[in-house]
Amino acid sequence: MTTATLSADIGGTFTDVVLETADGLVSTKVLTTYDAPERAILAGMATVCARAGVTPEQIGRVIHGTTLATNALIERRGARTALITTEGFRDVIEMRTESRFEQYDLNLVLPEPLLPRNRRYVLRERIDATGQVRIAPSAEEIAAVVAQIRAGGYESVAVGFLHSYVNPAHEQAMRDALLAELPGLVVSLSCEVSPQMREYERFNTTIANAYVKPMMKGYLANLQRRLAEAGCAAPVYLMHSGGGIISLEGAAEFPVRLVESGPAGGAIFAAHVAAAHGAEKVLSFDMGGTTAKICLIKGQTPKTARVFEVARTYRFKKGSGMPISIPVIDMVEIGAGGGSLAHVDSMNQIRVGPESAGSEPGPACYGRGGTRPAVTDADLMLGRLDAGNFAGGAFALDPSASAAALDGVVGGALGLDTAGAAFGISEVVDENMANAARVHAVENGEDLSGYTMIAFGGAAPLHAGRLCEKLGIGTLLVPPGAGVGSAIGFLRAPFSFEATRTVPLRLSEFDPPAVRGLLAALRAEATGFVEDCAPGLAVEAGYRAYLRYVGQGWEIPVELPLALAEAPDADGFRALFEAEYERLFSRRVEGLDIEVTVWAVNATTPKPRPDPVAAPAAADGWSPGATRTVFDPALERMVEAAVARREELIPGRRIDGPAVIWEDETTIIVPSSRSATCRADGCIELTLKAEA
Amino acid sequence: MSEAKLSTVALQVGWNRLISVVEEQAQALVRTAFSTSVREAGDLSAGVYDPEARMLAQAVTGTPGHVNAMAEAVAHFVTDIGPENIFEGDIYITNDPWKGTGHLHDITVVTPSFRAGRLVGFFACTAHVTDIGGRGFTADANSVYEEGLFIPIMKFAERGEIDRAFVHLLRANVREPDQLVGDVHALATCNDIGHRRLMDMMDEFGMDGLGQLSDFILGNSRRATLARIAELPKGSAEGAMRLDGYDHPIDLKVRLTVGEEDVLCDFAGTSGLDSHGINVPLIYTKAYACYAIKCAIAPDIPNNAASLAPFRIAAEENSIVHALHPAPVAMRHIVGHTIPDTVYDALEKLLPGRLPAPGSGALCNFQLSLRPASEAARRDGARRAEVLCFNSGGSGARPGLDGMNTTAFPSGVMTMPVEASEQAGPVIIWRKEFRPDSGGPGCQRGGLGQHMTVGARDGHVYDMSVMLDRIDHPAPGRAGGGDGAPTQIGLEDGGTLRGKGRQPIPEGVRVVMAFAGGAGHGAAAERDPAAVRRDLALGYISAEAARDVYGLDEAEIGRVLALAAAGDLPGS
Repeated sequence: MTTATLSADIGGTFTDVVLETADGLVSTKVLTTYDAPERAILAGMATVCARAGVTPEQIGRVIHGTTLATNALIERRGARTALITTEGFRDVIEMRTESRFEQYDLNLVLPEPLLPRNRRYVLRERIDATGQVRIAPSAEEIAAVVAQIRAGGYESVAVGFLHSYVNPAHEQAMRDALLAELPGLVVSLSCEVSPQMREYERFNTTIANAYVKPMMKGYLANLQRRLAEAGCAAPVYLMHSGGGIISLEGAAEFPVRLVESGPAGGAIFAAHVAAAHGAEKVLSFDMGGTTAKICLIKGQTPKTARVFEVARTYRFKKGSGMPISIPVIDMVEIGAGGGSLAHVDSMNQIRVGPESAGSEPGPACYGRGGTRPAVTDADLMLGRLDAGNFAGGAFALDPSASAAALDGVVGGALGLDTAGAAFGISEVVDENMANAARVHAVENGEDLSGYTMIAFGGAAPLHAGRLCEKLGIGTLLVPPGAGVGSAIGFLRAPFSFEATRTVPLRLSEFDPPAVRGLLAALRAEATGFVEDCAPGLAVEAGYRAYLRYVGQGWEIPVELPLALAEAPDADGFRALFEAEYERLFSRRVEGLDIEVTVWAVNATTPKPRPDPVAAPAAADGWSPGATRTVFDPALERMVEAAVARREELIPGRRIDGPAVIWEDETTIIVPSSRSATCRADGCIELTLKAEA
Repeated sequence: MSEAKLSTVALQVGWNRLISVVEEQAQALVRTAFSTSVREAGDLSAGVYDPEARMLAQAVTGTPGHVNAMAEAVAHFVTDIGPENIFEGDIYITNDPWKGTGHLHDITVVTPSFRAGRLVGFFACTAHVTDIGGRGFTADANSVYEEGLFIPIMKFAERGEIDRAFVHLLRANVREPDQLVGDVHALATCNDIGHRRLMDMMDEFGMDGLGQLSDFILGNSRRATLARIAELPKGSAEGAMRLDGYDHPIDLKVRLTVGEEDVLCDFAGTSGLDSHGINVPLIYTKAYACYAIKCAIAPDIPNNAASLAPFRIAAEENSIVHALHPAPVAMRHIVGHTIPDTVYDALEKLLPGRLPAPGSGALCNFQLSLRPASEAARRDGARRAEVLCFNSGGSGARPGLDGMNTTAFPSGVMTMPVEASEQAGPVIIWRKEFRPDSGGPGCQRGGLGQHMTVGARDGHVYDMSVMLDRIDHPAPGRAGGGDGAPTQIGLEDGGTLRGKGRQPIPEGVRVVMAFAGGAGHGAAAERDPAAVRRDLALGYISAEAARDVYGLDEAEIGRVLALAAAGDLPGS
């Protein structure tokens, strides 16, 4: 009788709730309730249950992702937290990389560290790079630090000592002493939160974990209780940044792993669509009001990374935020969305974003006082949006306000007419996104020409067709339900947990038994988390090592086949590394030793395999009735485009570009170079027109 | 063949794309280079040029030291190779300090870009390599001949054929031949990536040459730069800065003149050559002077031939900022990094209240050359290793903003993680943290420098090549602000060390350093008392400084310190 699964994604503005039953998906959007975030979930649950005709008792599983941890870090609304670190290294998180993230700004302001200096305490102790104890901490000095923590009235403490990823003994001793004296204290150890070399990243990650832990623990317990009171006693699982789900208890212990859970859900959503369509290489493209996110998905698995940055303070610039080293789906985020504002700079160049009009005042066409042109204003003037039928007719757009903003800010400065100015803005923002995708692909040794793009998010379908033209991508899929993509992605995520550790090892000094032991230990750690959530389910382990030539500073990840993980040998590692290096940089370097720095094991339950989508059915002779004028950027002119409502485009039906396919949430623009076909699962597929 | 005309929007997009091409070119280098200074410090650059050798775009990287060097490099190559000798498949190379970027450790590679058999442009890139032979990375040499292998502008490859004799010679003259050859190939690959992306772009836009795009970029850049110069008050002002030097103090002098369409920096009156390798070829002086002016008046205008042209630099031959061959130049950054503060000393007089006070200046770098302390130690696993560390002192206070703590200016380098340095060689860094009271007092306080203590693991001894200045000449305060704290270096056991040069360290002894703070801006008495209380609570200043320099009374100091000890901040 328990047939339904509920998923909930708490975002900055909306909380998306999706219920999946045997009959399909029902979804709703509720405004996020900041004072008690679970309230929006409960309200959403009531709505979707009523619409699906099920009761909360029939929900068998709840999957949840949230930006609450991220927001707490950005807005500095975490617990009263202290750091205990190695004497002589009190300022690691404030000294950062000792560099400026913007070379030409004399008035640069560095971001504030998560903890001020007087909440950072030191202990006289030292372990060296080989794990050997140089200075053992004395019981008296440990007690003195405990007394300082007590005096400060801290709720949560992060412990980060140098080289604890090699030897965690001192961190563990510190925790034991803290908990013996202060049993209610919440403690996070760097050797557990992020056992990786590089103290700035590790300490910062551990502090971030400590900072949000009391709040997230409380919130998650509350959520579970309130759901039960509302009749839903189902277990709650959490989406993590690595693209899998973990138990509520695991999430409460390592809440920093929840930081990118929403976007991770989006990538999983795209991976699932890719699997259904048999697309091996996919570029997922998610464009909303403020930012666009791009992710590479190969073999239906999103690419992952070991470190990312949150809370960037300076135009999304690399280095202006704080690094978090946890397993994470690797995404490029740039300040390009429907609300991104345009201006003309001193070189007469059009610039778009990262500044956004937000929802208040919004783009000029919202008629709420915005006077600067946003991407949405350009889209409106290029005929891509219907002024009288925006967001399901929720409110009318004002083209004259768009035209005034475009003429005033861009057209006048560059001698362009309104359409020319709109074209310029649209082309610049598309170019920014295309450049980000190109750089990301090149960094990963990928050529996008064989890729399929999967586009979702409110603004993506308006721009995805042009992006495909720019990137030489032949196939574009726009799945249904793109407005709640992340929440749908949660439903498709496997249980998973990735364990990583830095243990430097040169291949010339390779020690097979030690490597086998290390990988087995990481496997046990990772599978432990997964088996707790999914008793009885098969758990697969994926092995990965990060290697480089000795002397380089940049490692490349190499997937290890099971046979090599179980019977490791140096030649096998060397061959894999050299092949991957050559793929990325088109050469290898002779005569140099190779070293492994980081080891990772990802334990996961099998991914749900979607049914393959049937080949398109034969067309039924339907053709769209209406047309309107739309600008085609590749042709640099206005064209007469067919217009259809998305529901009209039932599976098998085709529409040739130029065309506009609209629905309440968004509008798909089909460029003159493409045709759109509706596939059996409701995805709209854009492909290159057959050569005439 | 005439070029198809590009629309205004296509030109806009094309400029964006060229900048993306060079950024990508630079990224490829960062990820493949062996040199610590490239990968950790961003000591590299990449650029794209039209067939007339005019630079159209340059990647923004960690070092301003290549700004003009890159802009002028390709013209040198075209002259020396000869236009008639430029063929498809060629790769050119040099490390000429006077035609490249100021010292032998920087290798520049230039690749001509051909399309349908016609030269359409050039790609160039530069990276700091680990070793170039000679004495190593130190200021101790007395001429450039001692500083390593000198590669004049020449062909590394002709029509796709690599010059094996050259590679053979190169390998025989450096300490890490595999790494160096790896780096040269990385440079060549990085230009290839740029070329391929340019061809994609020209296909997409239907371009057969860069002419129209080049005119668009250079025309708009020139117009924008001239507009900024037009906003400046016309006139002339002098600036100066004194440094420790290697064995005698150095005076940097500049006269800055703002004209109708140009800004001239004339370094007449600056000290003559030093006998050791801290002399600066003019190209490097130009880079830092231009960088300083651009930050002050045109930070948003990208570097290219036109945006740099209005900034003119002059200096007397064989002054320390215009060293001629064969002066030793390996550590030209020690003096070069102080040029922006010298230029600002002059520009401040024309644009009062807009510029930062002087900071710690040059990076606080040192290199440890470790070896086994004995044969027995070697048998126990002790090994040879070189460990290079980049660190920063404090930057100068800005009008309205405090200086940045332990943050480099003008260099943009990153420090290495302590754990990574300790994995790289048998060193132990015992201390690396803020140096309280080192920021120059002022209405805006200078940025803090740092304490750093280093030693070797058991069984090792080491020599230390030190590259520190501002020991005798701290960053001077501006507009009534106080000086930053001077640099200090010595042995833990009380022994002394010099600020520059390679010095043996007795076995088992640690080196104790304190890096300089930035200067203050405005009178300390005018500092917001809330900011003083906060500095005290955070331990940026001591109780003594709070009382003696900023005039906080004892009761207030006691209250603030009690709050801080309980984990709170005053006013929070």
